[in-house]
Amino acid sequence: MSAILASKRHGGLLTAVSDMLIARPKLFTLLLLLPPLCWIGVVYIGSLFALLLQSFYILDDFTGLIVREFTLATYAQLFETANLQIILRTVVMAVLVTLACAIIAFPIAYYAARYARGWTKALFYLAVMMPLWSSYLVKVYAWKLILAKEGILTWIAGGLHLTWLIDGLLALPVIGGPSLSFSYIGTFLVFVYIWLPFMILPIQAALERVPATYIEASADLGANPGQTFRNVILPLALPGIIAGSIFTFSLTLGDYIVPQIVGNSRLFIGQAVYTLQGTAGNIPLAAAFTVVPMLIMGVYLWTAKRMGAFDVL
Amino acid sequence: MSPAVRFQNVSRRFGAVRAVDGVTLDIAQGEFFALLGPSGSGKTTCLRLIAGFEQPDEGHIEIFGETAEGVPPYKRDVNTVFQDYALFPHMTAGENVAYGLMIKGVGRAEREAKARDALAMVKLADYGERRTAQLSGGQRQRVALARALVNNPKVLLLDEPLGALDLKLREQMQEELKVLQKDLGITFVFVTHDQGEALSMANRVAIFNNGKIVQVGAPADVYERPCSRFVADFVGSSNVLSPEFAATHGGSAAWTSLRPEKIGVHRANALVPAVHASADGVIQTIGYQGAVTRISVMTGGTRLIATVPAGSAAFKEADAVTLIWPKSAMMVMDGDA
Repeated sequence: MSAILASKRHGGLLTAVSDMLIARPKLFTLLLLLPPLCWIGVVYIGSLFALLLQSFYILDDFTGLIVREFTLATYAQLFETANLQIILRTVVMAVLVTLACAIIAFPIAYYAARYARGWTKALFYLAVMMPLWSSYLVKVYAWKLILAKEGILTWIAGGLHLTWLIDGLLALPVIGGPSLSFSYIGTFLVFVYIWLPFMILPIQAALERVPATYIEASADLGANPGQTFRNVILPLALPGIIAGSIFTFSLTLGDYIVPQIVGNSRLFIGQAVYTLQGTAGNIPLAAAFTVVPMLIMGVYLWTAKRMGAFDVL
Repeated sequence: MSPAVRFQNVSRRFGAVRAVDGVTLDIAQGEFFALLGPSGSGKTTCLRLIAGFEQPDEGHIEIFGETAEGVPPYKRDVNTVFQDYALFPHMTAGENVAYGLMIKGVGRAEREAKARDALAMVKLADYGERRTAQLSGGQRQRVALARALVNNPKVLLLDEPLGALDLKLREQMQEELKVLQKDLGITFVFVTHDQGEALSMANRVAIFNNGKIVQVGAPADVYERPCSRFVADFVGSSNVLSPEFAATHGGSAAWTSLRPEKIGVHRANALVPAVHASADGVIQTIGYQGAVTRISVMTGGTRLIATVPAGSAAFKEADAVTLIWPKSAMMVMDGDA
């Protein structure tokens, strides 16, 4: 008996190692996780911590040097009107972009999850993913051309005798401007376009997990399609919508390229960070600005959890 | 009194497949009715036609005398217990049961009270606060039953209701469902592929094959007098005798069904009583099945199965025996189907 066991062990070093790992599953998991944990721990969390640390320093206005002493003065600067407006502008834009993405994405995701089969499903994935394959900058510039005063949208509107509609939109206070590519409307449209796939895919994944019998059961119990949507489909899709909104919301909060290229020259958080750490050299304030989206996302997720959005997961 | 459910020449096609093919059927009010058949025979589609999840391509369906074609599920006084129960995972057991009442606009206090009563009826009085994920298979089944019954439907549909339960629980639920149906007086229509379940629970059984009903009748009728080889074989595994064999063994020259438990196994050359028929053969296998013993005997070119009470016969394999059965147990059937 012991001879058989012994002979089985003659498999070289690799066999010995795998034998040992199978006997110690915890060690095995630890070895698997060690490289990614090092990456996340050192590079990711580490740099985040460094950033957080910076935000508690302050820039000396006279010398232009960073004073490395703990202070909350930099955070206080966030509450100056100009900075507060930047934050407010960005948050409102992120909220609107997220809402629009959710409203547009839901029917597409619902169709894909419920009805698309075979080649229509392949077409769906292709249509949703393909924009992600091309460069983000190219897409934004393409939109600038589409939205420009001499652009294709104005041209089409002219052909359809709808110029008055665009003019009317541009005449609106705050969101209007000299042309679509120099207005908040343009920024909004491009954001919605760019982030839409990140909303469609999680919603589709969530709806994919809702069996058809739930919908039949709801109808069977007397619920018309609207009631079924409100009481069964929407609550079960909510984790997907929340997941999607985390993407669209946080991506909009942090983006500095879209408002730079399409929009009026008013700053968003991302642009403020870019300018502050670059030309102004005010890294502490840039860091403080960066903490704002993280705080907002934290509060958002905490609220979503409190409201039971993740209970079905 | 109009029937609870009436099918007149109903067909439902999926592409080229006729899932339900010209079915005509009346289910009386207060009946416990079983749709029995192998998978793909059309029984589930029939149930879905009653629920309204499917619409017929041809024919006419009435529920309590009212035309059902074109009426969506949410406008039918019919409730379903789904095969996978389809309990909503984002609600507690109590909220699941109260769902239909909430949709109808019943006030919170009233619907909660009714949901509690319904849960008590299925012996889950204290489980209202549980999440459905915290319930066992048997408990989920009871919640699904309560959720359907709390709406006081005219017809309750059950799609393989006991399929996912283990044997012990299944037998217990069979009893409870029968008692419940008798107490409530609601028409129950249930789909099953388990002939034992259909025979023990239903007042009447419709046997499906290839989208058609091949026989409708009380369990005893269907069991004792199967009208076709398919029914004889599907309901309780009968001996199907060829016309030649039947003609030479006390029957007529037609396909004949002979139930295994009607056949007595005796030592070779035993005396054959009057109005009985017999066949000599050799035992091939003996299978002990608890309450009964199943003996397979080769007689000429025909294999006959006999089931005898366990311990009643002291035979062993390869023994020569005489099989004896009353001629009245030989049931003539349609040959083809």
